[in-house]
Amino acid sequence: MPPSQTPAKTKRSVLSNAERLELYYYMRLARECDNAVLRLYRQGKVAGGAYTGAGNEATAVGSAYALGEQDYLFPMHRDLGAHLVRGQSLRNIFLQQLGRGESLTRGRDGTGHYADPSLRIYGNVSHLASMIPVAAGVALASKMRKENSVVMNYIGDGGSNVGDFHEGLNMAAVMNLPFVLIIENNQFAYSTPNSRQFAAQKLSDRGAGYGIPGVTIDGTNVLLVYETCRKAVDRARNGGGPTLVETVTMRMQGHSAADDASYVPPAMIEEWKKKDPIERWERTLTADRVLNEQISGQIGEKIHAAIEDAVAFALASPYPPAGEAAEGVYAP
Amino acid sequence: MAVMSYIEAIARGMWEEMERDPSVFLIGEDIGAYGGAFKATRGFFEHFGGERVIDSPLSEAAIIGASAGAALVGMRPIAEMQFADFVTCGFNQIVTNAAKMHYRWHLPVPMVVRLPSGGYIHGGPYHSASNEAWFFHVPGLKIVAPSTPSDAKGLMKAAVRDDNPVLYFEFKYLYRRIKGDVPDGDVLIPIGKGEVKREGSDITVITYGSAVHFALEAAGILAKEDGIETRVVDLRTLLPLDTELIIDSVRATGRVLIVHEAALTGGIGGEIGALIAEHAFGSLDAPIRRIAALDTPVPFAPTLEEEVLPGTGKIVKALRDLSRF
Repeated sequence: MPPSQTPAKTKRSVLSNAERLELYYYMRLARECDNAVLRLYRQGKVAGGAYTGAGNEATAVGSAYALGEQDYLFPMHRDLGAHLVRGQSLRNIFLQQLGRGESLTRGRDGTGHYADPSLRIYGNVSHLASMIPVAAGVALASKMRKENSVVMNYIGDGGSNVGDFHEGLNMAAVMNLPFVLIIENNQFAYSTPNSRQFAAQKLSDRGAGYGIPGVTIDGTNVLLVYETCRKAVDRARNGGGPTLVETVTMRMQGHSAADDASYVPPAMIEEWKKKDPIERWERTLTADRVLNEQISGQIGEKIHAAIEDAVAFALASPYPPAGEAAEGVYAP
Repeated sequence: MAVMSYIEAIARGMWEEMERDPSVFLIGEDIGAYGGAFKATRGFFEHFGGERVIDSPLSEAAIIGASAGAALVGMRPIAEMQFADFVTCGFNQIVTNAAKMHYRWHLPVPMVVRLPSGGYIHGGPYHSASNEAWFFHVPGLKIVAPSTPSDAKGLMKAAVRDDNPVLYFEFKYLYRRIKGDVPDGDVLIPIGKGEVKREGSDITVITYGSAVHFALEAAGILAKEDGIETRVVDLRTLLPLDTELIIDSVRATGRVLIVHEAALTGGIGGEIGALIAEHAFGSLDAPIRRIAALDTPVPFAPTLEEEVLPGTGKIVKALRDLSRF
């Protein structure tokens, strides 16, 4: 644990060109990793389900980029970009996806359901919103110990209807905890559209019910996500309490690889394709002469090589031995 | 050594652990300046301050979930449910998060959830729950259920120091009815170890919580009126069960009665009976008997409550039947 009142190590609020390029790199890396997971799934090499974050990259990357080293990340299943920004290795990501014995959960759980205290990443569980009170508890501990750490937690449009969302957010507000909750509003909770999930105009309006600021932003604009989350993180760090940030995005693929998403109107997908977060940021960086074909090509090669290495490494890694299935239920 | 009530011993255990370790804190409803619905935390707020004796919103899921989160990063919370009944509202946090964290993440989750449990107080269907069996089925949890002031303090200290989520069932019926000697200072009762509360060679009663006192009373009656010597085994910990003590006691006496205040069907007594059948069948001189609450909610009216819950009279009758088998 860092000593109390450690100064926060965060990026500057106005990003340099190198940092803006880094946002681009992480978004592309996240998408390519997701695509690699889908390929493995279709090859029958993923033991369970596969979940992607296509369309959500700007939200995941831009938000996590606003955190400092001493902060905590409680991501969701479409936030691979946030794991990567935090410094998680691709090998660990793929070991988890494939349920290998060397994975962070030692094969006890899959996907992003791991914890890595060295990076202060605490993954999600399948019961959406259940981690919100837990994340609030980490924020409480941080406040009690005067650590100067902020906890960033994510939920979806569907998950924001679960009781734990309300109990956790209310407690964080009442106790004025250093907590930022991001609602990734991607229009569908599995097959159920927003119109059948909630009657609120905006999900950020729920913030008012808890006496905290709520803001709704375009979740496909990575710089806007960064700047908004950065303000929320600074506010939390300075004792201002929680903020609710709703990022409006689109889930561009099915809930899982087993879902063809035939219930999504094709016109809706076409419309959102125009707002693809990676292409949008690519256009901005190109116009600003930060990115060109050569740099883009180099980034692509670097990503390709890194994923090839990680996939090969994970595939070559054995499953955990069956004999250890009963180990670790209890701490010694 | 000091004589104190059961609830004073619980408080003494928490107090000493808070003095010893600054990472221990309390969180719950009305536990601060008010001192808790049963006054278990009276004086804590004044002594330790509001940062370590935290009044929470009415929000069991948030209390338990936040405790799990704080525990994950090295704190040692003691969460209070105002009544064990209300843990239903935080059930998901216990079974989905706290219980599975170590298996999935290999991280300690040192937290205690206090559950004021049980009936005999005319609390009705929502203030009388004995719901330990729901959690007995959940790998990753530990469950303790002390019956005496000495055990209450020692198990509280052990629960706080354990690196796993521990559900601490405490019995409202015993809070101020039971007084006893409690050792001073750091005397811990190991989790997982039961205790023979009365020696006897004819029949064994296996029980825990308030029912220990009914069993002891029944054993006294049988010794005096029938000349039958009953061994009373107080499990003290329900998860993990002290299987060795259970089996040894059955082998020593050949007849066994299992008693618990919780409802019969799906109760912990069923598991104890199965363990005995598996490991000590050859030592049995009579069928395994169980006394438990009727399979009903706990009713409000005294006549109904008495009918539903186990008591000394029912235990005496069952012991006499067993002794004649």
